[in-house]
Amino acid sequence: MQMIKYMIKRILMLIPVLIGVSIIVFLIMRVFSPDPAPIVLGEHATQQSMQEWRLANGLNDPIWLQYVNYIKDAMTGNLGTSYYTKAPVTQEIFSRFPATIELAIAAIIFASLLGIFLGVVSAVKKNSIFDNGGRILALIGVSMPIFWLGILLIILFSGTLHWLPSTGRLNPLYQPTQITGFYLIDSLLTGNMNALVDALRHLVLPALALGMYSMAIITRMTRSSMLESMSQDYIRTARAKGITNRRVIRKHALRNALIPIVTVIGLQFGSLLGGAVLTETVFSWPGIGAYTVNCILKSDFPVVQGVVLLVAVVYVLVNLAVDIIYAFLDPRIKYAKKEG
Amino acid sequence: MNQVKEAKKPLQAERNADKPESQVKAMWEALKTNKAAIAGMYLILILTVVAVVVWASELMGMRILPYDPNDSDLSQSFVAPNSQHWFGTDQLGRDIFSRVLDGTKISLFVGIAAVAISMTIGVVFGSIAGYRGGKTDTIIMRFMDMMLAIPSILLAIAFMAALGKGIDKAIIAIGLVSIPEYARIIRGSILSAKENDYVQAARVIGNNDYSIIFKHILPNVVSSIVVRATLGVSSAILDTAALGFLGLGVQPPYAEWGDMLGRARGFIFSAPYTLVFPGVAITITVLAFNLFGDGLRDALDPKSRLR
Repeated sequence: MQMIKYMIKRILMLIPVLIGVSIIVFLIMRVFSPDPAPIVLGEHATQQSMQEWRLANGLNDPIWLQYVNYIKDAMTGNLGTSYYTKAPVTQEIFSRFPATIELAIAAIIFASLLGIFLGVVSAVKKNSIFDNGGRILALIGVSMPIFWLGILLIILFSGTLHWLPSTGRLNPLYQPTQITGFYLIDSLLTGNMNALVDALRHLVLPALALGMYSMAIITRMTRSSMLESMSQDYIRTARAKGITNRRVIRKHALRNALIPIVTVIGLQFGSLLGGAVLTETVFSWPGIGAYTVNCILKSDFPVVQGVVLLVAVVYVLVNLAVDIIYAFLDPRIKYAKKEG
Repeated sequence: MNQVKEAKKPLQAERNADKPESQVKAMWEALKTNKAAIAGMYLILILTVVAVVVWASELMGMRILPYDPNDSDLSQSFVAPNSQHWFGTDQLGRDIFSRVLDGTKISLFVGIAAVAISMTIGVVFGSIAGYRGGKTDTIIMRFMDMMLAIPSILLAIAFMAALGKGIDKAIIAIGLVSIPEYARIIRGSILSAKENDYVQAARVIGNNDYSIIFKHILPNVVSSIVVRATLGVSSAILDTAALGFLGLGVQPPYAEWGDMLGRARGFIFSAPYTLVFPGVAITITVLAFNLFGDGLRDALDPKSRLR
């Protein structure tokens, strides 16, 4: 019950965050950006057509009124329509969002599994060749631009070895019936194995490119957190009791080292949505990231505002999820008590 | 407590915590033993020398690079790496080796200038928030949190769309998006420093807020700012390359690594070498600042060495 109260409190905190984020985007895109009319209508548009377009989109109103109108509409779930496609922003976003989320989840799974594995091996075999190798890999992972890693993967696995496709999300021939928009789930639900294999093959390279940076951060955090927990007295006690080394590492050291690791994974998941902008551009992935860049460049304000709000919601919810996972990992943490 | 301290034989840095010069000296002593950090430092030195020499030779009208980095010759386009063109030539027949070297000055300049902007503004806001506390603190820090809830690359792209393309705009955009990180660090440091006896003493003897912040508190948190700034240069260089790759950053005729990669993308299968070397340059530069920054952080806080 107390946990539910805490969650409701945290979700309510979304409101000021969303208002603030919307003000920032509004300021950048409506106040400081050039007039969108000539960009949207093209350079041959007449003064009159531009004037009419501004009027139709409410851009002639005072800035504060434009913002108030936007918020009023947003509260009813209406985020406006795209200046270009005229389709509702919610529809524009939700048709592309599953592609980005599927990519981000695949990337964070890869980053977490490999990152925790490398971090644990590094810590257990401190100063060995594995440790040094893991640390060098982590260092290169944080220093390499995501988009360049993507390019290298394409050159190697698509251009040279011809193992994996370089662009897109699925061969259109295998398109599964749309249920959730997540191709992996849809192909499983419809039993379309060809689609599943093809979607997985398309997913591998972008997920590797997007996840590499997070993998590096998770490796570093796991290593340091494991080293710290392995130097604790309870580990010595566990060893003295004759428990096998493998069990000590898994049940005692790793379990206690997990809290900071989970935090980092949560934070990384938030940042993956930003990294998706670049990965999606490199791999022509039909997600929200590459699309948003286009919308920013084309001054399609309603879409940009919608995407940024959605990303902020995801960011806050991921942070909340991290806090809840804490409580499961460490029973000493009681949010409701702390709050009360 | 005193006994414990005596028994521990405090580190040089601890003994001189109130003297910024000694803090720097102690940091250097610890840094010297860290091979990776020293390697990073030498790499930064080499990159800086390359950047300065290229820039100075350009100013003096001398040609140091094997070819003019902006000189296109379509008859020489897509020459694979050979003894004349070590890194090959690009789609316009420009020598990639010369362009990669020339790009050093842009990346270092944009990276450092952007960090200077975010650091200056971040320090001012962070100091005010930490020192003033109360409502001022809440307003400033909530605003910073909101900026952090927007992915920085999207925010930078939006700034670029608002400001227009170009090297100066890229610096401003990249500088603005990193402000919250500095503000947070400074605020935290100020909050803990403000409780120290020397700050209380400075207040008692009648120093005003401005002089307490700038003369008494900031010099003592300077090392954490330096660490953050060094690591900040590496992320600023990555952001510059990302903007360049998307076609938004530094514009031609400047040779910028990200821009070079973005323009060569269409030739990924026909001329992959055009995409290899600019990326290597970005990675080495970012790696250098990461190595050095990590070393500085460890020197400042030995506990973090585990990482």
